[in-house]
Amino acid sequence: MWDYSEKVKEHFFEPRNAGAVEEANAIGEVGSLSCGDALRLTLKVDTETDTILDAGFQTFGCGSAIASSSALTEIIKGMHVEEALKVSNQDIADYLDGLPPEKMHCSVMGREALQAAVANYRGEEWSDDHEEGALVCKCFAVDEVLIEETIRANGLHTVEEVTNYTKAGGGCSACHEGIEDILMRVLAEQGEAFDPNAVAAEIKKPSSGLTNLQRIKRIEELLEEIRPNLQRDHGDVELVEVDGKYIYVKMTGACSGCQMAATTLGGIQQHLAEGLGEFIQVLPAEELARRAQMGA
Amino acid sequence: MSEGIYLDNNATTMVAPEVVEAMLPFFTEQFGNPSSMHQFGDKVGRALKKARKQVQALLGAEYDSEIVFTSCGTESDSTAILSALKAQPERKEIITTVVEHPAVLSLCEYLEKDGYTVHYLKVDNKGRLDMQGYQRLLSDKVAIVSVMWANNETGTLFPVEEMAELARAAGVTFHTDAVQAVGKVPIDLKDSGIDMLSLSGHKLHAPKGVGVLYLRRGVRFRPLLRGGHQERGRRAGTENATSIIGLGKACEMAQEAMEFEKTFVRSMRDRLEQGILAQVPHCFVTGDPGNRLPNTANIAFEYIEGEAILLLLNKLGIAASSGSACTSGSLEPSHVMRAMDIPYTAAHGSVRFSLSRYNTMEEVERVIEAVPPIVEQLRKLSPYWGDGGPVEDPEKAFAPTYA
Repeated sequence: MWDYSEKVKEHFFEPRNAGAVEEANAIGEVGSLSCGDALRLTLKVDTETDTILDAGFQTFGCGSAIASSSALTEIIKGMHVEEALKVSNQDIADYLDGLPPEKMHCSVMGREALQAAVANYRGEEWSDDHEEGALVCKCFAVDEVLIEETIRANGLHTVEEVTNYTKAGGGCSACHEGIEDILMRVLAEQGEAFDPNAVAAEIKKPSSGLTNLQRIKRIEELLEEIRPNLQRDHGDVELVEVDGKYIYVKMTGACSGCQMAATTLGGIQQHLAEGLGEFIQVLPAEELARRAQMGA
Repeated sequence: MSEGIYLDNNATTMVAPEVVEAMLPFFTEQFGNPSSMHQFGDKVGRALKKARKQVQALLGAEYDSEIVFTSCGTESDSTAILSALKAQPERKEIITTVVEHPAVLSLCEYLEKDGYTVHYLKVDNKGRLDMQGYQRLLSDKVAIVSVMWANNETGTLFPVEEMAELARAAGVTFHTDAVQAVGKVPIDLKDSGIDMLSLSGHKLHAPKGVGVLYLRRGVRFRPLLRGGHQERGRRAGTENATSIIGLGKACEMAQEAMEFEKTFVRSMRDRLEQGILAQVPHCFVTGDPGNRLPNTANIAFEYIEGEAILLLLNKLGIAASSGSACTSGSLEPSHVMRAMDIPYTAAHGSVRFSLSRYNTMEEVERVIEAVPPIVEQLRKLSPYWGDGGPVEDPEKAFAPTYA
């Protein structure tokens, strides 16, 4: 059984704005029949002000697809079209108090339907720019297609490199066999063989030019930026140790032991990596103790 | 039975109260290791012997030593297939079907990477096998044929006895994954050409974590687990004594209830199916209705998605399962539905109701009442559905961007 939040259940059992909007002037149809998720979003936009007056959805899909559609329509009603375009799939997931990693694509579908509808309103052609593959890494919700493309684009050879570039495999490590399979396949296309003993290419030294102290202070600042999000869910985060590219944090309050902790760590990692402009890995503090024990 | 209506017995079953009762002493005072010389071990050893006889009787095996206890159906399947490959290293081919359980399919796909050739027999739109194709594939290059007795999703039965005879004539080892069939259809192994058979305890009212590999006397065998002399060295590891004793009791009960399965359980299933089909438009039974398990009904509800149906059923306390992609977190609907060429709009809406002898006709009537409004509610949300029916030419009227 999926671990759906109360909010997801609420929007599934009592969906808002179900059905097509009368006199719609913006229609977005996206989805994939093979995956079993498809959505038609109909909007009524005020042509004078570009404000979304009404939104309705028709969805062929699972519980979270219906809940995501319902959430999307609630979020964008009353918004200016430009403002609505800024709604990300994460906003939809957040509105629903999170979605299981396997179900994040439902929120992506919502965002795409919105883009398609706006394009339709403006008389433009919309085309989808991503392909979705089977989920490989459940901790960080990374799919096969993304891993394959990253391996090709960056000439990766090891599981560790894949983790550094995509986060896939950086959590529980259960998907390492799957990542090796993908490496084997992609490398074979290039006429190379996968070598499990290959050493990951040296990660570029922090190019930020910061001293250790400046770097740690910057990390603290970046954590401050996301702290309000965590506190809103009655959780918090504490910086424990910085060891090169490994940044150890302790999740506290409601975050500790939360089923979504891995996803949250992924979000923190992304924020820090972007803020520092370097590849880093955010790990739970327990990992520090484990690595110390192993003498690693 | 606890609250709610449980129609997901192909997933797992309630442990029968009599089975629990038979097991209880072996958690407490009867704790001995059956391999031990002393009285503590001896009592457990005797209980295991009785359980072995009970399983033998249900399967119609000639000898009780043909029963090897394992931890589950999957272990039995792996043991059977890997043993055949190990014992006949010169044979590099496997024959199986496209609709097998992942316990067999995933292993076969893995073996392909190691250089084995796997032939996947196709099925028609009712889930029936191409028998002529099968006969053409049998050769002295084939190490093993592994074909399920009954399909877990549709209940469709395969002619495994006939297939085993053909394999025997060609000198090929035959294994059947019978986890869905044991206890629901009569089985008589001694008069068959079946060399190996897998069963799983929790599908027939025994606990989870115990299974059996039937291994015909004389079939060349290489164990998966080596170690102690348990199971005559064919499956090392201290016996899961309590569960094995529970499985023995469950087999005895299944044999007594066989007639009931064939008559009453079947009539409940038929009533459920007819009741739903009569009220809900645009739905149909998948698989081969004329040749299937008495307890299974798989109905595809067009233009809606299975997980959504299950969530609404669950809200009413009704448990079933679905072949949609979303239920399993994969990107494709069930491989069984795809193999039968069921269109996506129906495959994602397929729902399996699987009954047991612990269900009642009253429960069935309640489910028949519950289903139509749920389907109607979801169809109202569906882009494929218009006023009271599917939109004209649904797959053209709604063609989303990335398909």
